[in-house]
Amino acid sequence: MKTLAELQALRDEMKTKIGVRKDGEYRMRILVGMATCGIAAGARPVLTAFVKELETRKLTDIVVSQTGCIGICQFEPVVEIYDADGTKTTYVYVTPEKVPKIVAQHVVNGNPVVEYTIGANAN
Amino acid sequence: MVRSHVLVCGGTGCHSSGSDKLFDRFEAELASAGLSEEVKVIQTGCFGLCALGPVVVVYPEGAFYSQVKLEDIKEIVEEHLLKGRLVKRLLYSETVAEDTILSLDKTDFYRKQKRVALRNCGIIDPENIKEYIAYDGYMALAKALTEMKPEDVIKTITDSGLRGRGGGGFPTGKKWSFAAAQSGDEKYVCCNADEGDPGAFMDRSVLEGDPHSVLEAMAIAGYAIGASYGYVYVRAEYPIAVKRLKIAIEQAREAGLLGKNILGTDFSFDVDIRLGAGAFVCGEETALLNSIEGKRGDPRPRPPFPAVKGLFGKPTIINNVETYANIPCIILNGADWFASMGTEKSKGTKVFALGGKINHTGLVEVPMGTTLREIVEEIGGGIPNGKKFKAVQTGGPSGGCIPAAHMDVPVDYDNLIAIGSIMGSGGMIVMDEDNCMVDIAKFFLEFTVDESCGKCTPCRIGIRRMLEMLDNIISGQAELEDLDRLESLCYYIKENALCGLGQTAPNPVLSTLRFFRDEYEAHVVDKRCPAGVCKKLLSFYIDPDKCKGCTLCARNCPTSAITGEVKKAHVIDTEKCIKCGACIDSCKFAAVSKR
Repeated sequence: MKTLAELQALRDEMKTKIGVRKDGEYRMRILVGMATCGIAAGARPVLTAFVKELETRKLTDIVVSQTGCIGICQFEPVVEIYDADGTKTTYVYVTPEKVPKIVAQHVVNGNPVVEYTIGANAN
Repeated sequence: MVRSHVLVCGGTGCHSSGSDKLFDRFEAELASAGLSEEVKVIQTGCFGLCALGPVVVVYPEGAFYSQVKLEDIKEIVEEHLLKGRLVKRLLYSETVAEDTILSLDKTDFYRKQKRVALRNCGIIDPENIKEYIAYDGYMALAKALTEMKPEDVIKTITDSGLRGRGGGGFPTGKKWSFAAAQSGDEKYVCCNADEGDPGAFMDRSVLEGDPHSVLEAMAIAGYAIGASYGYVYVRAEYPIAVKRLKIAIEQAREAGLLGKNILGTDFSFDVDIRLGAGAFVCGEETALLNSIEGKRGDPRPRPPFPAVKGLFGKPTIINNVETYANIPCIILNGADWFASMGTEKSKGTKVFALGGKINHTGLVEVPMGTTLREIVEEIGGGIPNGKKFKAVQTGGPSGGCIPAAHMDVPVDYDNLIAIGSIMGSGGMIVMDEDNCMVDIAKFFLEFTVDESCGKCTPCRIGIRRMLEMLDNIISGQAELEDLDRLESLCYYIKENALCGLGQTAPNPVLSTLRFFRDEYEAHVVDKRCPAGVCKKLLSFYIDPDKCKGCTLCARNCPTSAITGEVKKAHVIDTEKCIKCGACIDSCKFAAVSKR
């Protein structure tokens, strides 16, 4: 390391890698159903797709976590997103391919992707 | 691709209760669950709550698992990390709420703490320089080198009001300015990591949890005074600290943050380690310098002070580990930020190692001015087993005992001196009603007698005479006038000893004489130890009305001092009795007592 700029660049790069390690408030919580039904339906790749997408976009104020079975196993993989105000959006039949759109539209811009939600898929 | 971090405490406290094995087991269990790619295990420094070790914290949830055993790891991996279900039985009870977990900051132990020197302990991997850099590591050095002149650095430190955390409390900025004012291009920066007070582990924890903060601060100090070389003097009894410090120095050199032309500037600075062999006196700064030079660790008379004539006869500054750990924060956040914490004459925070009769044994950092009551009762969680608080000992063998009456004193350098103790390096040992204050004074004096280097007479002979007087007191052979004689000898030694070790050695005796003279008098006049500790003044006695003649005590007595027939009252032969207490422990009818 020969310059201040290099040091700063390394710091900024590392900051995104340790962002998960903080106490306190997150702007948004993404919960992936990881009960037996969820895992069987393919929740693992969905979970990793979210983590990867957030990392690419350097969104360190969002937390990705797992949750249990919420009782709608026929819709798995199920993903719930809690906004800062506590509003919950439930996405169903989520695949890794759907993840970038959910992140871009909902997480970044605050507009839920209606066609993936349980409301649009229930019937 | 990492979504979760598992932080395993690798401080000495948790290490000795087996945390090093936890790390490997986590890696193995994660691999078998197929989670190695997305969950990272990190070994950190001390979280502070050593009483609950080994500690494991899982992020992003911030779940604080305490007293984790090897066999618990499979459950944490399968339940928490795979399925997202917290393992509630292992969570620290204070963080468990209805259906969520509370942040650690909300627990009694952490709520009043303010972590500055310990800012990265328990958060970063001390063996990875990149993690230190992620938390603005080496940015203070960069700022000093690129935006500040050496005199600006010294002014910032002076204005911050930072005082030496090793115990003396000398203003750090002033020390630096003395060394900076000396001419000559060969100067040295030393770090005193020879933490020797019984029960103190502040500096050890900083070195184990955040070694780079000390290296960065030493480089800043080197820039400020015009030195290009530094030594860390650390005791060999701290193997984990030494290992992490060595790794840190290597990594800093590789990254170009130590060595020649740091960050492309004209400034060069490098650091080496010198291991101490564990002599207490080598924590005294001039003895420390002798030891680094390869000489016997004897103190030198001052003046000349090290800032004028120190290591190898060159101008030298010596600061303590915790002092250095504060420096990068002060440079980055400014003098006003630091000076906004603390009391009028003692700024910032202080780390204390809480030990003795206290529920939350561990490491705490609080703003100066926090009261002893807050530290002991709120953060420390009070005294175990419903016992009554008697005193808190601060400053180790150089400090004194503070009684309950002074518990509301705000802790800072000057207040502690006013009540006969000292801040010291930050050891804080809590005592309850079962501790005999004469015995405590004797314990510390025995330590200083052992550690006296022998160079000056007041210390070599004087404190040994004091110890003999204490021996007479606890064996019931002293007169009342001996207390006055003891006291005047204390003052004589304080005034005449060569170095800090001897000058402060009488403090534990003086402070207990001041606040607990009644206990001394009970030993001398009544030939009685009120706390029931001093064996020579105790005799064991069986109450014939309570004794059922069960023979249990007689069977447990190692010297067959108890006799008596079955179902009849037993008797202790005081000639044979060695006062071990086995009879008290074994009696089911509370018939045995000491008096």
